[in-house]
Amino acid sequence: MRALDLDYMLGLVPVILGYVPLTLFMASVAMVCALVLASLLAVERVIRVPGLDWLVMLFISFFRGTPLLVQLFLFYYGLPQVLSFLAQINGVTAAIMGLTLHFSAYMAEAIRAAIIGVDRSQWEAAQSIGMTPAQMMRRIVLPQAGRIAAPTLVNYFIDMIKGTSLAFTLGVTEMMGATQKEAAGSFLYFEAFLVVAILYWIIVETLNQGQKQLETYLNKAYAR
Amino acid sequence: MISIRGLTKRFGGTTVLDAIDLDIADGERVVVIGPSGTGKSTLLRCVNFLDRPDAGTIAVGDVVVDAERASKRDMLALRRATAFVFQNYALFANKTAKENIMEALVTVQRRPKDEAERRALAVLAETGLAEKADSYPSALSGGQQQRVGIGRAMAIGADLMLFDEPTSALDPEWVGEVLDLMRRVAEQRQTMLIVTHEMQFAREIADRVVFMDGGRIVEVGPPDQVLDTPKDERLRRFLRRVA
Ligand SMILES: Nc1ncnc2c1ncn2[C@@H]1O[C@H](COP(=O)(O)OP(=O)(O)OP(=O)(O)O)[C@@H](O)[C@H]1O
Ligand SMILES: [Mg+2]
Repeated sequence: MRALDLDYMLGLVPVILGYVPLTLFMASVAMVCALVLASLLAVERVIRVPGLDWLVMLFISFFRGTPLLVQLFLFYYGLPQVLSFLAQINGVTAAIMGLTLHFSAYMAEAIRAAIIGVDRSQWEAAQSIGMTPAQMMRRIVLPQAGRIAAPTLVNYFIDMIKGTSLAFTLGVTEMMGATQKEAAGSFLYFEAFLVVAILYWIIVETLNQGQKQLETYLNKAYAR
Repeated sequence: MISIRGLTKRFGGTTVLDAIDLDIADGERVVVIGPSGTGKSTLLRCVNFLDRPDAGTIAVGDVVVDAERASKRDMLALRRATAFVFQNYALFANKTAKENIMEALVTVQRRPKDEAERRALAVLAETGLAEKADSYPSALSGGQQQRVGIGRAMAIGADLMLFDEPTSALDPEWVGEVLDLMRRVAEQRQTMLIVTHEMQFAREIADRVVFMDGGRIVEVGPPDQVLDTPKDERLRRFLRRVA
């Protein structure tokens, strides 16, 4: 047993904090892209476009059925060998793409379930005033499905933030990558990884608080 | 002028609407009565294409739709020429009273937002709910929700307003205010096709009463004729039961 090097840990905090913006940037961009993609996938799964449905199912099945790390390696190291235009893709972009595709598959299932959960009368009212299917989805069904799916989606966002730590395997210096470098210099692995763990933890707990406020806000708008 | 010809609807093997013919003049109020399960709701839903008819034609103003050949465009045109008031109100849960009324104006009719808002507020005033403009449906009583539902249909300026038992889901205390609003709509010479079990109201508001049974129109005529001197035995039995 040895004592924790608290001074080292305190000194490390601002260093790693400097990489929080990059972590949040990757997670946020991936989240926005994944929400859009997942909504499209979910709508397709509900209305079942002939000829497209099997492709969407295959997509969802693949990205839910394989590990995120494997998908990231496939994108970053594998795909550029086959598709030359991907050759100069950088680690951050590859990580965002990987997170987007991976989480959109999960989120699509959550949104699909929420869409089905929107009361039938809401669809009929939208149809009765002559909305096109796209208008009905965008104006009536998806906003209500979003409210149903919100808690689940926030949980995926939290998973996504933690998932950005895998970007360090693509050579990206984000929170985890920075910690790894610091630890390799100081050999104080326990202290370094404990600091980064606590920082992730604080970020996630802050989001959990945000989620509660989001739910109160969403329910205040039209409580049942 | 509304003209329904040979309107037929089957669910599975059973014929729920059996070649219905019905003409409705501009400004006319037609009330549909009949036993449960005779296809009254289905008739209204087919006119609005919420249920797709299997055969027949529906003409509302300039919009003429042949059920067997109806394209998506025809279907939208017909829905935009008609307005539906639902038994369970079916207000958009994610929108306030005012936004519920604005929705069709902004999204479907592509009117400027400020104009739509003015119109929505004017309609809300007519429904007596001006002070509820920013309330969500969940904060309104059944009667208030249904008045917003009627307001939503009024604002569209449809050639035909369809009411499917608009008071059946209401607690008795709210029925009066909804019927009052419907009377006001009728005063504006709005063409209305109404399914209701409120016989007194039917007698008072209807220009003509239609009695349906088994997916067919069995008897049609002015309210006093149909309700006081019924010819068909099924109608007589029905009237004895609801009296
Ligand atoms: N979506 C559907 N699928 C199968 N059958 C249906 C469907 N909708 C209605 N029906 C059947 O069609 C018949 C007519 O139904 P409809 O709702 O039009 O009757 P109604 O006259 O409005 O009755 P009520 O007075 O009870 O409202 C009923 O036998 C009903 O079971
Ligand atoms: Mg009915």
